[in-house]
Amino acid sequence: MTERLLDIRDLRTWFNTDDGMVRAVDGVSLHVNRGETLAVVGESGSGKTVTARSVLKLIDMPPGRFAGGEILWRGRDLIPASNSEIDKIRAREIAMIFQEPMTALNPVYTVGDQIAEPLRAHENLSRRAALARAAELMRLVQIPDPERRVRDYPHQFSGGMRQRVVIAIAIACGPQLLIADEPTTALDVTIQAQILDLLNDMKARFGMAIMLITHAMGVVAENADRVVVMYAGKVVEAAPVEELFANPRHPYTQGLIRAIPRVDAKAQHRTRLAQIPGTVPSLINPPAGCRFAARCTFATDACVAAEPVLKPVGPDHTVACIL
Amino acid sequence: MLIPSLLGISVIIYTILALAPGDPFGQLLTNPNVPAAVVASLRAKFGLDDPIWLRYLHWLVAMLHGDWGFSFASRINVSTLILERLPVSLAILGAAELLAILIAIPVGVLAGTRPYSIFDKIANTLAFVGFSLPTFFTGLVLILIFSIRLNWLPFVFQSNMSSTGLTWLWQNILQSIMPVTVLGLFQGAALVRYVRASVLDVVRLDYVTTARAKGIGERKVIMRHIVRNALIPVVTLVAVQLPVVFGGAIITEQIFRIPGMGSLLISSILSDDTPVVMAITFVYAVLVIVFNLIADLLYAWLDPRIAYR
Repeated sequence: MTERLLDIRDLRTWFNTDDGMVRAVDGVSLHVNRGETLAVVGESGSGKTVTARSVLKLIDMPPGRFAGGEILWRGRDLIPASNSEIDKIRAREIAMIFQEPMTALNPVYTVGDQIAEPLRAHENLSRRAALARAAELMRLVQIPDPERRVRDYPHQFSGGMRQRVVIAIAIACGPQLLIADEPTTALDVTIQAQILDLLNDMKARFGMAIMLITHAMGVVAENADRVVVMYAGKVVEAAPVEELFANPRHPYTQGLIRAIPRVDAKAQHRTRLAQIPGTVPSLINPPAGCRFAARCTFATDACVAAEPVLKPVGPDHTVACIL
Repeated sequence: MLIPSLLGISVIIYTILALAPGDPFGQLLTNPNVPAAVVASLRAKFGLDDPIWLRYLHWLVAMLHGDWGFSFASRINVSTLILERLPVSLAILGAAELLAILIAIPVGVLAGTRPYSIFDKIANTLAFVGFSLPTFFTGLVLILIFSIRLNWLPFVFQSNMSSTGLTWLWQNILQSIMPVTVLGLFQGAALVRYVRASVLDVVRLDYVTTARAKGIGERKVIMRHIVRNALIPVVTLVAVQLPVVFGGAIITEQIFRIPGMGSLLISSILSDDTPVVMAITFVYAVLVIVFNLIADLLYAWLDPRIAYR
């Protein structure tokens, strides 16, 4: 029986704005098993980043607030936990890496000091010992000449190298879960593959689970064990990766898969790349019923009448669609 | 860069002052007891009728030899006069700026990390009030309350006190309290707004989130990652603004009768004492340039992205 490391149940993270309450995450349930890679996909504004940041309580409150639900970390709810309890979990048990390597590092400290920071806080290492560990970690994430480069500042590194530094910070304390929020979006394509390889390598080496937030279905296909598809603050489909690509049930998932560019035989016809028309609806006054109905080619009156709930359609495969 | 700037500034100041109306011997001319021949010989002795460029060169050469000229009004060397006044101004202004920084940094950081909280709103309002009230007004109010009504503090500043040792120190502290408070609060009010804005710019940056995700505690996040970075522009601003404060303090010096550079400048201008005016303006110019240099060096020291070339 696989252990559920992280179990998010009916999470609601809302934001108070001048225009009204933005229900960025509105009843999301998902879980991450020990040692697996869970991909969370969806387009911009689907709530995947807010879900990820909610786990480590990195949401500014106010304007944000938890309007309901539970975030169970190894069986314990993190929402009522105090700041100092959360600080013990951050970096030590759950670490996070971000989308923008160019801005994720503080420009006034050396990368060595920044990698050493969580080590000194959580493992009480001296500065010298922590810096030595920082150099080891930099070697681990394949930064050349780490002994010299620990003393360099972030601006002396390229984007890909900075993302390696960010990964080194994240894995410094050996977390059981790494939340990677679009770790490759800001990078060149060749560097993207290297960073994903590195993440998979770290996962294999430390046995940590990865929650991979992305909007690229190609990245999902190559790296994930299971996939959660989010749309407008809700989960619309969840399945193991092979099942999802072989048998996508939700029209939104089908649209995402069709939107992957292909260069194989089928693409010879020079057909235009499929797209999903329209944009994500406003999360201040979300439409009644299925939130995808307005963009869905199969939508009927029944779709607008009632909100579909997640229901099982196969082993470990759930979908929120009445069709 | 330093030397050519100073030369250029000195040329401009000298020319403007030389072209300005007013003559240090104007009073002598109208005095019937002084024969015209004496005035003429005095003018020749001080070279007042030479062309401007020649007078400038004379002044420059003398300046480079450490001779700042001779005060027509006080009849002593300008350098003696300035050395007498400069320490007073520096002490008062230094203490005021220190007070401003000690108030502005904690208040600005607290307000910036809790934007739109009650503390932030109160701090903002007070800063706005403090920034809007001119020092000649607050200064007079303080004098009225503490010197005249309560009689706690002296309101005429004395530089040549007879006492020595601890009594001398105590009396100096007493007579400095009001000018330092007035100037310090005024400067602090302006500075709070800069610190708050700078902190607000930093708190929403990605590396602060990275730091929070490290679980090092909110205190360390604020001290190491927010304050350290937010103060870089503030430090530069303070360094660049100090000479401006120096100029602005002229009014405060007048109100509290502080025998500093400001009151010297005003009395020299009133008595057409060109060499003193020239020297003081030049000292201000030197201060501006030196503090700009300090600002650049500080910036390079605080921000590793900027390299010395």
